[in-house]
Amino acid sequence: MAKVPVQFTLNGSEKAEFIDSGTTLLHALRDKIGDTSPKGGCHQGTCGACSVIVDGELRLSCLTLAETCNGAVIRTTAGLAEGGVLHPLQRAFLDAFATQCGFCTPGMIMAAKVLLDRTPSPSREEVVEALSGNICRCTGYEPIIQAVLSAARSNSQNVA
Amino acid sequence: MELRKSYFADQRKDGLNEIGQPRPRLDSPGHVTGKTAYFADRNFPGMLHLKMVRSPHHHARIRAIDTSEAEKHPGVVKVLTAKDVPHNVYTILILIQIGPEDETVLADGKVRWKGEAVVAVLAETERAAQEAAAKVKVDYEVLPAVFDMEEALKPGAPLVNEYHGQNHYLYDSGECRKVRFGDVEAGFAEADHILEQTYQSSPIEHAPTETTGCVVAPEGNDRFTCYTNTQAMFFTLDNASIILQMPGSKLHFVGGTVGGGFGGKVDVIVEPIAILGAKLTGRPVCFIYSREEEMQISSPRAAEKVVIKDGVMNDGRIVARKVTGYTDAGAYSRHSPYGAQKGAAHYPGPYTIPNVWIDTYCVYTNRTPSSAMRGFGVTIGDFALEVQMDKLARLIGMDPLEFRFINAYRDGDMKAHRQPTEGAALIECMQEASRAANWPVAEKFMAMSSYRKGG
Ligand code: FES
Ligand code: FES
Repeated sequence: MAKVPVQFTLNGSEKAEFIDSGTTLLHALRDKIGDTSPKGGCHQGTCGACSVIVDGELRLSCLTLAETCNGAVIRTTAGLAEGGVLHPLQRAFLDAFATQCGFCTPGMIMAAKVLLDRTPSPSREEVVEALSGNICRCTGYEPIIQAVLSAARSNSQNVA
Repeated sequence: MELRKSYFADQRKDGLNEIGQPRPRLDSPGHVTGKTAYFADRNFPGMLHLKMVRSPHHHARIRAIDTSEAEKHPGVVKVLTAKDVPHNVYTILILIQIGPEDETVLADGKVRWKGEAVVAVLAETERAAQEAAAKVKVDYEVLPAVFDMEEALKPGAPLVNEYHGQNHYLYDSGECRKVRFGDVEAGFAEADHILEQTYQSSPIEHAPTETTGCVVAPEGNDRFTCYTNTQAMFFTLDNASIILQMPGSKLHFVGGTVGGGFGGKVDVIVEPIAILGAKLTGRPVCFIYSREEEMQISSPRAAEKVVIKDGVMNDGRIVARKVTGYTDAGAYSRHSPYGAQKGAAHYPGPYTIPNVWIDTYCVYTNRTPSSAMRGFGVTIGDFALEVQMDKLARLIGMDPLEFRFINAYRDGDMKAHRQPTEGAALIECMQEASRAANWPVAEKFMAMSSYRKGG
């Protein structure tokens, strides 16, 4: 199969790979580049476990072709902690017991990050709406919602 | 939440320093940073992908299998059929002497449920494996199928599983697991009222966010490392050892990190065939269920049918209970004979009833094999029992919570399956529930204790 080059920025560092045309961003990140923080729960756009941020937008990486991401700026949960310090969302998920098996967690954190980047002080309804594409089968929704709200609060305290 | 330390204070030595305290989970830092390594996060150079050819029929004889086109498909490395599996007929619970072996790793001569694994295809890419699997030709002679437990138990019903010889599991006690306690007919004769009700449930899929699977790597020392999300590491290792006729010392299982299980990952399904593929090709193998397979192929909670007949007095005492329980194992045993047996011990519920008669059947049908799920064997039974308790209370015009106090088991009570009750706390739980739910009961019930001498 013909290989195509892709090049993008992942969590601040430049990545370049030759991939099979038609490879999803999820496979490219996990199998080629070695960032396994996005998870494949369904490979059909229904679970949200593969969520990543592409140029500021929340994307399901299982439905995104890697070759459409040339030149993009991509963020994943693996790159969220800076200098070993957890991002407020990661801290909040820890403190609020918002993760059980953890399989949905990287996707949840990505969806929450896009929300907080745009709406620093969201309402509960806005949080629920933002997470509505992410399934947690361990039934952690309430702690997850609380974690996002508390991360928003700690953010605004940091700013103030 | 308030923690009441007064209950059973004289029985406890630890002072409950930990319980009620929030403690961070040890695995959470890995989860929130994306560093937790699930089995599918392992990637090995040259890894092959395994896809199953599955039965499109509920019940059929296999006349012939032609894998020649699949083998020629670009990227295909190996195609496996039943004859490649050293010990193809197995059953998980053989490890605790619950037989007979009744399930095939790859179908041999017959399929007994829609979705049964028939041929395994190993290829360089997932896509090649998928495309080649579609090229395997299986010639089936479709057989009559049975999907209803009571139909399956009737004489003349299609025989689902020849290894059993009849459509139910044969316990040492006969066609069903039996509990006999007191004289149930005498109990019904003295009862003021009798209520018989039937309760039914459908199969339930666990739907874990991470699908079932494993990655197997052949090591230089002739061993195989199996990264798996099984919930039953040693059960799986031992069964793989039997199926592959390979000493356990050749198998190294790495697991414990499970992306949601709920009982759905205790069956030994993906590991043995993936290890076999790695052995026969000398290459790493990944076998992971698609979401469709997870929903359709992995064992669900069994469908159950529970018939409960109770005799109750006007003063609230249940004096007789007769239960017939049916567990739909689907085509193979897996954990269902054990689940049905658990139900037999459980059906009196947390209540003391002097006359009890219980029969529980583990029934084979041409449905997807069922297995473990959160409290299997008793969960559906509890639903049935507690609905029945509410109906009984209504029948005699009594408050449903007070009705449960009257029948609650207490320390020292003999259970129907001859286990004395120890460490009961139902009464104390109901007292707390009464307060928390603001559902008051008579003072005498609030003064009761699970200790017999306590009131
Ligand atoms: S894996 Fe992408 S939505 Fe489920
Ligand atoms: S923590 Fe298991 S799926 Fe969300």
